[in-house]
Order: sequence, then structure tokens, then C-alpha cells
Amino acid sequence: MKTLRITNGRIIDPANNRDEIADLWVADGRISNGPSAGDVAQTEAIDARGLVVSPGLIDIHVHLREPGQSHKETVATGTRAAAAGGFTSVVAMPNTTPAADSAATIAWIRERSKQFACVNVFCTGAITKGLKGEELAPFGSLHSAGVVALTDDGRCVQNHEIMRRAVEYARMFGLPVMDHCQDYSLVGDGVMHEGEWSLRLGLPGWPRMGEELIVARNILIAELCSSPIHCQHISAKGSVRLLREARARGVPISGEVCPHHIALTDASLATFDSRFKMNPPLRAEEDIEAILEGLADGTLNILCSDHAPHASYEKEVEFDRAPFGITGLESEFAIFCDLLVHKRKILSLPRLLALYTSEPAQLLRLDRGTLSLGAPADITLIDPDAEWTFDRDLSQSLSRNTPFHGHTWKGRAVRTIVAGETVWKL
Amino acid sequence: MSPWKRKDLIVLDELSAEEIRFILDTALAFKGVGERNLKKVPALRGKTLVNFFVEPSTRTRTSFEIAAMRLSADVVNISATASSLQKGETLKDTALNLQALHADIIVLRHSSAGSPRFLADRLDACVINAGDGSHEHPTQGLLDIFTMREKHGRIEGLHVAIVGDILFSRVARSNIHGLVKLGARVTLVGPTTLVPSAFKKLGVEVVHRIDDILEEVDVINLLRIQHERQREEYFPGLGEYISLFGLTKSRAARLKPDCLIMHPGPINRGVEIDSEVADGPRSVILEQVTNGIAVRMASLYLCAGGAGLPL
Repeated sequence: MKTLRITNGRIIDPANNRDEIADLWVADGRISNGPSAGDVAQTEAIDARGLVVSPGLIDIHVHLREPGQSHKETVATGTRAAAAGGFTSVVAMPNTTPAADSAATIAWIRERSKQFACVNVFCTGAITKGLKGEELAPFGSLHSAGVVALTDDGRCVQNHEIMRRAVEYARMFGLPVMDHCQDYSLVGDGVMHEGEWSLRLGLPGWPRMGEELIVARNILIAELCSSPIHCQHISAKGSVRLLREARARGVPISGEVCPHHIALTDASLATFDSRFKMNPPLRAEEDIEAILEGLADGTLNILCSDHAPHASYEKEVEFDRAPFGITGLESEFAIFCDLLVHKRKILSLPRLLALYTSEPAQLLRLDRGTLSLGAPADITLIDPDAEWTFDRDLSQSLSRNTPFHGHTWKGRAVRTIVAGETVWKL
Repeated sequence: MSPWKRKDLIVLDELSAEEIRFILDTALAFKGVGERNLKKVPALRGKTLVNFFVEPSTRTRTSFEIAAMRLSADVVNISATASSLQKGETLKDTALNLQALHADIIVLRHSSAGSPRFLADRLDACVINAGDGSHEHPTQGLLDIFTMREKHGRIEGLHVAIVGDILFSRVARSNIHGLVKLGARVTLVGPTTLVPSAFKKLGVEVVHRIDDILEEVDVINLLRIQHERQREEYFPGLGEYISLFGLTKSRAARLKPDCLIMHPGPINRGVEIDSEVADGPRSVILEQVTNGIAVRMASLYLCAGGAGLPL
């Protein structure tokens, strides 16, 4: 039996409230409590002195772009970028070509992942057929095919009755619904935050209310149906307030945060650089402060990237015609660690790791995100004090659409281990 | 020493007061050229200018064309329908092709805000913004300011009202930036939906009753009001707009005797401006058109590297 021993690291396992310097043992791809007799000869040892030994990080919001958009990203390149960012699991969004709205497409992605992925790929299925917001996708067969959640991400179901029935029906399968919160009539052709900068630049505004209204809608539906809705990429201050109030009442609603929404503001758009264009858009300082408060008090409990690769030629067009989205897998952990743990001291390191491990695992009911005995040995080794500068040209992703090229942060994953095998090492 | 160091004219927002005054002074020197019998100077002889109008325009394109010809440049006009953009070529590729044809100056009109900046960052050629979406229309702003300065002898301390659809107006934005930098007092007038109070952050005042400012202003600049399908939710209709914001004869009678009535054109007679008022003695609408040539000559000349005046 092959065993692995990670020695002298600071083991932080938020799921078990564990934070201590110790050795971690792995046998046959699972966390074990030490070597069986006679195995020591085959033991691989990793010296983790000065490093944090964390459950493998999970990113629940990633666009791997396959099938159909392999000029932007593939399962192979996207998961390599994930591994390089310290992630052992990613959750793939369904806005592919065709959309992941059938068991056949889910089966194809899973097969593809078995062949080409270097980290675990979990699939989401569409809420509605073709992401059109009109007819429910077949949740039953999607569930049988192995999806972990339902979402129309990239689009938002506008019809409240359809959304209500979707959440109600999803409850039968224990599937959470994740929502990209955007009211189309309010947002229109908005391409950036509605505020002083959109007035200055003459660009159509994307008002906060376009998100807040749908967050409020989702709270009401989650409460009515007693089934979880997860609000994706929260960007507006009012959304945080709504979520806080609802969660305090026990409504099964949650929210996630992407690094760009707390690291950058709409002022970055002054030069019309489409690398700063994403949906929802960069907002104002007061939104950042509200999101930070939400992270501090637990209103917002999941961190993710919304990794959205696009080819350079697609992004290098007139600002209003450029696609929304930026890459994020290789920069997100460092941005959050630098900002939340070091600079603003909003979160402790164990809490930061919880938002990347135990919290997402609990939302999606994954058997991951923990170093419990017998759990799959997905492990990330982290140097929380390593200073480094992000170079997009060293990225493992197929795409280069990042606004963070040349940024320096403190904190980095140095080794990524999936089921006991090292898949990335700095 | 010339204070002008730029190869492009993209926005008035980024220019200093000194740069703006320098263009205006240069334009004043060029204005005489149009009044001569021989309306031509050799300042840009041998230079090639491409009028690249992705969004249709007759007035601005013609003005740039005449300005370029008076500077002896060779001029080519390209419209969206005639360009390869129709065939799916990107703006960047079309522009690189123009550069490969050795275009020295590209005058761009485009419906997407920011597209002149996009080109200027990627080309060696000079890029002049001839209007980008709802962002800026710097030469229009300059010609408006030029006309105000010519008539009133100054900009500092003038009270200028800009009336109408400010939210979607590139003319308004360029006027605001230029006028504020030169020390004018600017009041925006229009319905709350088209003049959000966030505009105050640009250093202007915002009012929603035109009758409150008529006696006070030295200039009233009326923007073309549109009530097409995409604007329907912003105000109920033209009739109501006229009653609330139109410069009717009775409103015009309350203006100061020397108040200038301006309009970037094309005017809607009987909508934002009464027909007789448009033709009245205080209207400088056609002088704006004439001054547009001098301002565009100055802009082309300075961006293409001119220093002293070749007059």
C-alpha cells in the first residue's frame, strides 16, 4: 500500500476545528492515521515545515468552457490552472455549447474529466433548457448523471414562477440552486456599475438594484420552498444587507464573493480596458466595505473565482462589445489571503480556509473539504507569507484575460495533492 | 514652447486648461483661412487623413473633410457600410489596415464609448475622436466653447446652461469638462431621468425647471432631444418635453439680451427650440458650424505635429 507522510506542517482543518502542528498521513489516496506495519518503505515524505496543510481548496464557480468553447479553455487547461492555484476541486458552470442541460452532456463532461482533468471536476446542470429561462431542464436525470447543483449561471431566470417551481422541484433531489442574480429589465444593456464613472464614461450603467432585486426574490423563494438558493458573485452592498437579515431568520440562502469585487472598483474602467469588464461589474468602495463586513460576520460564506476565460481576440474589441469575464483560478487565493488575512485582517487564516473548504463542501454536500480520517486525500500546502508577483504569461489557463497581471500578493499555494498524488508543485 | 504634446484628441476630460486654450488660440488663427479667397494652407500637405465613420454623420464628417482640405491633407472617407466591419472584421484589424495604408490621421466616429481610446492605444497614427457613443465629442465641445469665447470675450465666470438629454449626450460631456476647466459655471437642465444628480460630481449644478435659470444664464446650449423607442421610459413624450423644457418664444424673451442660444444640430424645430428663436438674433447656431472648421483645423494640425502656425 502506498503511503504519504506530510511532516511538521501546521494542519488547519476547519471542518474539525483542528489547528496544530503535526504529521498528516495518507494511505491509498485517503487520509489515514499512520502507517500500517511494513508500509514504511514505500512511504513518500513531504517536509511541510513552515507551511499550512489545508484540505484541498474548492472553487464552486468555474467556467471550463467544454464542450464547445475549447478556444477559451479546456478541461485539461482549466484544471491545470486550478491545480496551480491550489484547488483540488472545481465546480463547472453549465453555460457551455451545448448548455449542460441534459444527462448526455453531463456524462460527456464527466468522461472528459476522467481523461483530462488533474483535479476533481463537479458538474452543475442547467435550471432551464438551453439556459433560456423558459422550461425546466430534466433535474431527475441530471441528478442521476451526477450534478451537484443547478444553475443558469451567466443568465438569470427572470420568470419568478419558473424559478419558484425550479427550487421547489430541486428540493426532491436535495439539489441546491445557484443563481446569477440579474434583473434584465433593470440592467438592460448595462456594461459597468451605474455611478459616477458610468456617467463620466458614457457607458450604460448596471445598477446595484439589478442584483439586489433578484437576491430579495431568491430569499422569498428559498423561504417559501425551504430549499437552498445560493447567490453567486455578490457585488452590491444592498445584497449583503438582504442576505444578512434572511440568514439571521434561518432562510436557506447563501452568497459567494469573487476577488475582483473586493480588490478593484469601477474607477479601473477609466481607460475602457475590457480586462476589467465582468458581470456583475466592479462597483464602488462602499460596496467593497459592505462585502468585507459580510465576510467578517459570516453573511457571505463562500469564496470563489468565477473563472471566465476568453480568447484575447474576443476581448480586444470595443468595450461594450467585449464579453464579460476574467480568469481567476491562479490569482484568487492570493488576493483573498493578502487582502482578508494580511492587509485588512477581516478573517483568520483558518476561517479563510473554511470559506474555501468546509463551507462549499457543506453547501454542495461534497465528501471533500476536510482532512477527516478516511476522507479523500485532497490536500493543499500553503505558504501564507510567501510574497509573489502574478505573471499572466506563466498561467496554465488557455486564456490571458486577467486584470491582475503584475500584482504582488502575500500568500500562495505551493503544492496541490489530489487523492494522495501531487498534481502541482511550485 | 507649445503646450501640445499629444498625438491624439480623445477627450476634453484629460486636457488641461492650458491645452484647451492653446487649441482655441490655434483655431482663432486658422479661422481667417476660411475667410480668404484662397482657402488653403500647406500645413498638412502630403498627410493622409481617413474619416472613419462607423456611425453615420454628415455634418461632422463634412466639417472634418473641409478642415483637412484647407490644411492641404489628402482625405479618404470610409463609412461603416463600405468598410470590412460589415464582413466581420474587428475594429482593431480595420484600423491596422488603415495604418498599413499609411494613414497619418484617423478621425473616428463610433457608437461604442471608448473606441477612439482603444485605437489610439494601438496605432501610431493620430486618432481624433469625432464622437464616441455617449462619451465625448471633443471637437464639438471645443467649437461650442470657441463660439462662447468669441462672442462673450471670456469663458471664466460665464454661466452656461446645457438643456436636454444630458445622460446620453457626448456633446454635453465634452462641454462640461471644457467649460469647468476654463472656469465657467455650468448648469444642467432637464428631466430627472435624463439629468441624474450624480452629474454634480463633475463640478456642475443640476436643475429640473428651465424657468428657474432663464434670466441668469449667459449661454443656453440646447441639445437635440430624441424620443425613439429606446428612450421611451425616460419621459412621456415630446409634447410634455416641450412644455417643460422647450425654448419657446416666451421663454426666450426672458433671456438676457446678450444670452447666446446654441445648438449642436441637427435641430428639431418646434421641439427643443422654437423655430423663430432658432433663426433669431441671439442664435449662433450657424456660426457654431463655421467655427467647427477652424477648431477641427487646429485639432488636426496640432495632433499631426504642428508647432508654430504656418500662416
